Amino acid sequence: MPKGIRDKVAILGMGCAKFGERWDADADSLMVEAYEEAITDAGIDTSQIDAAFLSVAFDAINVGPSGIPLAMALRLNNVGVTKVENYCASGTDGLKGAVYAVASGAADIALALGVEKLKDTGYGGLPVRTRGTTFDMLGVVGSAPGNFAQLASAYRTRHGVSRDDLKRAMAHVSVKSHANGTKNPRAHLRNEITIDTVLNAPMIAEPLGLFDCCGVSDGAACAIVTTPEIARSLGKRDLVTVKAIQMATSNGWELQGSGWDGSYFHTTRIAAAKAYEEAGITNPREQINLMEVHDCFSITELVTMEDLHISKEGEGWKDVRNGFFDATGKIPCQIDGGLKCFGHPIGASGLRMVYENYLQLLGRAGERQVKTPPTFALSHNLGGMPNQNVCAIAIIGMEGA
Amino acid sequence: MNKQMDKGILAFGAYVPRLRLQRASVARAHAWFNPGLMGLGKGERAMANWDEDPITMAVEAARDCLGDFNRDQVTSIGLSSTSLPNSDRLNSGIVKEALNLSDATGAFDICGSLRAGTSALIQALAAAAGGQTNLCIASEKRRAQPGSEAELSNGDAAAAVLVGPGEPIARCLGSASISMDFVDHFRAAEKEFDYHWESRWIRDQGFNKIIPDAIRKALHDVGMPAGNIDHLLVPLTGKGIAEGIAKKTGIKVEAVRDPLGSSLGYAGAAHPLLMLADTLKKAKPGERILLVGFGQGCDVILLEVTQANEKLPPRLGVGGWLARRKPEENYIKYLAFNELIDIDRGMRAEADFKQPMTALFRNRKAVLGLVGGRCTKTGTVQFPKTDIGVNPNDRSVGSQEDYPLADRSARIMTYTADNLTYTPDPPAHYGMIEFDGGGRMMAEFVDADAEDIEVGKPVRMMFRIKNIDERRGFKKYFWKATPIK
Repeated sequence: MPKGIRDKVAILGMGCAKFGERWDADADSLMVEAYEEAITDAGIDTSQIDAAFLSVAFDAINVGPSGIPLAMALRLNNVGVTKVENYCASGTDGLKGAVYAVASGAADIALALGVEKLKDTGYGGLPVRTRGTTFDMLGVVGSAPGNFAQLASAYRTRHGVSRDDLKRAMAHVSVKSHANGTKNPRAHLRNEITIDTVLNAPMIAEPLGLFDCCGVSDGAACAIVTTPEIARSLGKRDLVTVKAIQMATSNGWELQGSGWDGSYFHTTRIAAAKAYEEAGITNPREQINLMEVHDCFSITELVTMEDLHISKEGEGWKDVRNGFFDATGKIPCQIDGGLKCFGHPIGASGLRMVYENYLQLLGRAGERQVKTPPTFALSHNLGGMPNQNVCAIAIIGMEGA
Repeated sequence: MNKQMDKGILAFGAYVPRLRLQRASVARAHAWFNPGLMGLGKGERAMANWDEDPITMAVEAARDCLGDFNRDQVTSIGLSSTSLPNSDRLNSGIVKEALNLSDATGAFDICGSLRAGTSALIQALAAAAGGQTNLCIASEKRRAQPGSEAELSNGDAAAAVLVGPGEPIARCLGSASISMDFVDHFRAAEKEFDYHWESRWIRDQGFNKIIPDAIRKALHDVGMPAGNIDHLLVPLTGKGIAEGIAKKTGIKVEAVRDPLGSSLGYAGAAHPLLMLADTLKKAKPGERILLVGFGQGCDVILLEVTQANEKLPPRLGVGGWLARRKPEENYIKYLAFNELIDIDRGMRAEADFKQPMTALFRNRKAVLGLVGGRCTKTGTVQFPKTDIGVNPNDRSVGSQEDYPLADRSARIMTYTADNLTYTPDPPAHYGMIEFDGGGRMMAEFVDADAEDIEVGKPVRMMFRIKNIDERRGFKKYFWKATPIK
């Protein structure tokens, strides 16, 4: 494996818009809201940005094609804007583009911005859309919860977990995220719930009820990155650097080959192993201090705990129910409320996760700040569905950690 | 008789949809306007699911008929119906693709009369003498106006008979046809529903005159006494009609066979073939069958069952499919499935999935035939076939051969019941399945109750409507999985 990008790139500034049902805002306004915070944090001028990456997943009902909407909204200085679409992993993939641009020396300062305006469809949930000519003839047009719900049936079978035990563990995932979300002023959902709230909610896609599903939100988040040297020359101290960014993309083995049983994410296991190696992490359960994972659905978060090699295979549900990932647990997970409560504006989500980890590392997370600032904070961004997906993992930490 | 020259009916099959609309629930709904319908509100009728039409039902009947028969021997298929979904797109051509028959197979639709099924069978029996093997299918899903008698008496179903040279299970002794413009009902090309004339006239001048005349002609031509008929198949579900015809023609009343009215309903042009399939399943060698087809005249076909019928591999037939049954009490569901009521289906139903015809033609084997690929180097089976195989240990390019999956059994790997995605019959059941012998896919589950779906349970593939492009009037077909009880 190549040496990787560990400590080659520093985060100069980050920003995040208020997530939620932003009836007041177009995608342009959301982009500006996130960007103004980031550029102020970075302490630079727009003219200093050399390259930009725009992450949007549902562009057809949103900003439309190309990188032009970003350049126009922010009035960028005619720099190249790369448009990134990689399902729900678009945000982290955009960040990867910006980080790689800086690491390569091609750009001194690069911008990654993710935005999604989902609440212009007229209905709840993600929009219905084509998945390509061949898929539309051979595939199943299921909903996102329907695709992810299938993990539960396979997980129960693989590990011999009862329906009730798993449903309660899944409920714990959501109760924890709602508790965390109440402390986040930018979160979409800020109400406490109980296990019973989750168990008694209307069924969306068996066994996922309403509270097993994350919010569908409008929002934007962005990062401005540069080299540690330039960051210091701009007067920055206490640098947060990128320790690893790794992606893994399904090649059809899960969907068409043989061996995968539907109970886990093949890509997450691959991307996690590579990310730990790139970051120099040998024992993630001990060395990772904080996690933001792609909790689009409670079952996704639960099995991801195993795929990230934090929980042992088949025991993630026990760690969840034992509070290992609660705000007071060993590795707090979704301390900002996660996709579940912060919200899930698709293209922005990967960057929102890194935004939270960045704030926590710098001790700037306000009421929800973890007591001991973390050394390594991981974010896990997943796009697609269990049998065909894109996994992107970013690990950031203080320089020198 | 020289076996080389022998010919006739080689096999039979049938298909009846699983849903059975309870007639009482229909009659009750209309009783405020027409209390007379309560008299017909007994028993049940076969009701196609939302994703079934005469094409999909024809495919199932044909599969039941063909079994392990070498499909390369089929030289043509005919599809008889008065309710085919396409006025100008070869309906039997879609059936041919679904059966994965050779492109060098003839295909034709026979329409325009309730007699289409028997007329096609007469032609097929004649063609058999010329060495042709014809898969003679009849399939109906007849639209009926809400509140009409036809709504209660109709039933959706299909039947298939394989006719050609070989050792027959039944030989044709002869046939007769009468054609006359006797308009008991009609439906102009642009009209949605049939228009019916008075039933007493139809009984006196049609059933009790035209049919006996045709029967007498056929028996006379063959030189067979009426008393020699063991099975009289009159495809009319009205009470006592067949018995009256038997008496008029001298056929034993005991020879009258169940017209399937109370369990299935009247399946139009498919009805004679359904009754034939039902009778062939039970008939003994040497028995004689007289099959009637009625509609602007009458067809009569005389058959004799042979010893080979005893050796025919088992198949579901009419009785087997009738046993696979789910009563449906919800008349509104029937109306919605048949587009007789325009319910609010929500914004998700608005999604436009226009079919590019270029792509469908390129992929027709995979889409319509469920043909996957098998790597000739590693034996890896996959769906669909791709240029580079899915086997992670062997990145062979262009090494795959066609591998049909439709008739292979499979098992459920994962599943859900989705209330969010649009389907005409929520919740949408779907999940991953894996075929015994390799290959897997995400599949919709049809004719499924939640309790039938669990990881590891077996499923069988069925040809169904995938979705309907209502804007352009184009139906998309694909394969779905149904749990095996």
